[in-house]
Amino acid sequence: MTSTTVTRRQRPMMARVYTSFRFVTLAFVVIAFLAPLAWMVLSSLKTNVDIYNSEAAFIFEPTPRNFETVFGQANYLQYIWSSFFIALASTALSLVLAVPAAYSMSRFVMKKSAALVLLARVIPGVSLLVPWYFVFSNMRIVGSYTPLVLSHMFVALPLILYIMMSFFDSLPEELEEQAQIDGLTPIGAFMRIALPLSVPGIATAGILSFIFSWNNFMFALVLSGAKTKTLPVAIFDFVGYASIDWGGLMAAAVVVTIPIMVIALFTQKYIVSGLTAGATKG
Amino acid sequence: MSIASATRRDWQSAFSTWANKHRKWVLAAPAMVFVALLISFPLGWTLYLSVTDASGSVRASNDFIGLQNYFEVLADTDRFWPAVVRTAIFTGGALAIEMTLGMCIALLLWRPFRGQGLVRIAILLPLVATPVAVGMMWRLIFDPNIGFANQMLAWVGIPAQPWLAGEFTALPTLMFVEIWQWTPMVVLILLAGLSSLSDEPDEAARVDGANAWQRFWHVTFPLLMPTFITALLLRGIDALKTFDILYATKGKGGGSFHEVETLNIYAYGLSFDYMDYGKSSTVLVIFFLMIIGLIWILTIRKKRSTL
Repeated sequence: MTSTTVTRRQRPMMARVYTSFRFVTLAFVVIAFLAPLAWMVLSSLKTNVDIYNSEAAFIFEPTPRNFETVFGQANYLQYIWSSFFIALASTALSLVLAVPAAYSMSRFVMKKSAALVLLARVIPGVSLLVPWYFVFSNMRIVGSYTPLVLSHMFVALPLILYIMMSFFDSLPEELEEQAQIDGLTPIGAFMRIALPLSVPGIATAGILSFIFSWNNFMFALVLSGAKTKTLPVAIFDFVGYASIDWGGLMAAAVVVTIPIMVIALFTQKYIVSGLTAGATKG
Repeated sequence: MSIASATRRDWQSAFSTWANKHRKWVLAAPAMVFVALLISFPLGWTLYLSVTDASGSVRASNDFIGLQNYFEVLADTDRFWPAVVRTAIFTGGALAIEMTLGMCIALLLWRPFRGQGLVRIAILLPLVATPVAVGMMWRLIFDPNIGFANQMLAWVGIPAQPWLAGEFTALPTLMFVEIWQWTPMVVLILLAGLSSLSDEPDEAARVDGANAWQRFWHVTFPLLMPTFITALLLRGIDALKTFDILYATKGKGGGSFHEVETLNIYAYGLSFDYMDYGKSSTVLVIFFLMIIGLIWILTIRKKRSTL
């Protein structure tokens, strides 16, 4: 008798303890993930004097000077354009190649062919860079956009293929069969029925591929020239030989990360579904 | 005229018939050829270079030297084996913490609650941030003199740490950065796995009187195992190849004592700082075999757990 009353009282108590435990822990998680990013933004608005002054950690007079450096002397508009153009071109070209391939590999269950393309995700990028550099430098196109777009496509294509395969796997085949009975050819059914229905999947794959290309560092480090330098390489070059201009460096870091974060905020659902595509199939 | 257009129409319909008949390959081949060209040639080239003494310029001639590079690299206890050990510590350590933390956070987020949206955004932002910028951000925070990390330590009375600048603290600090950026990925994958599970086994265990830990360990976790191993595989492959944050914070050779020089950084340095293509290719071949071996072990484990 007494034992049952105790457990009855314990249950809500335990639940309340768990709820507050969960609240505190998750608040800590949110702070741990967001505080460093907030610190980066704060520092980008400080003069170097304030960055070196620990008393001005949170209370200081914000200045746009670092952003003036980044866009003025450091010419970041050009790097933004390079990064944007390369990301857009490599994403668009990869979509054209990978979406039909993903459709075919999903409908015909081509496991071995898919494995070949996914091998591209496993190989260390450095082992591709030396031969690519050799070929591209013999063709005299190192420093132009072509090798950069091609190398970023190499990352984008397997990613898009992976996401789109799991998307087509979940798209029912009946509609395409119906369209074929109504007189469309199989490829016609793909173009007019499956493709319009897969716009959400294409958006997911496209956004992720754009982000991956925008963030890519190693390929551009070797293959880009003065005119095609991308933002991550430009940030790396910001660290000079003598002392570091911390304010300018943080402003540059803000310039490269903020556009991606804004895109991520507005397309959150797509990004999450893309990153977790195929992971639950087992 | 009409004959010409008629033959063109014939050609078109013949092409359409042919394309539809072979649509499996018509649709798949362009992507496969593209990837195969960009992989097979470099892979073959790397294998070839690994048995030559290629160095200096990419256009310089080189001689076949057999397996000499392999003997040299495998006997190199100065740079190669320390790099292997660092890669193992970095990947193993970061992965263990990422998976544990990721599992905990995913469980906390599993059941809906108020303020879920904010937590999800906080988790997503580190994941999409440019790794080089993330490296620079932590470089400022962990700066021994002006960084916020040492300031926080000072508040609680702990002496300042060298962090990225220290010979023995640099690698753990970078593991922390890696964990900060990629734990969210594990959370998202595991959360997707958790929400695809049915409630019934959990309910049944609850009726049988199992406590929360027992229900997780004996019911939820085994059901989640395939997803867990997928996350482990995806993160493991990328963690092994980590380059951006290491190179952005420590530069060439992984710092002045090579304190963060992993296999990837070592191979990059051999290729593009020392122009020693033969030796670099040897390191890459060995590295690649290691990655394949690891994936093989994990896939076997995954197949077993799904059976």
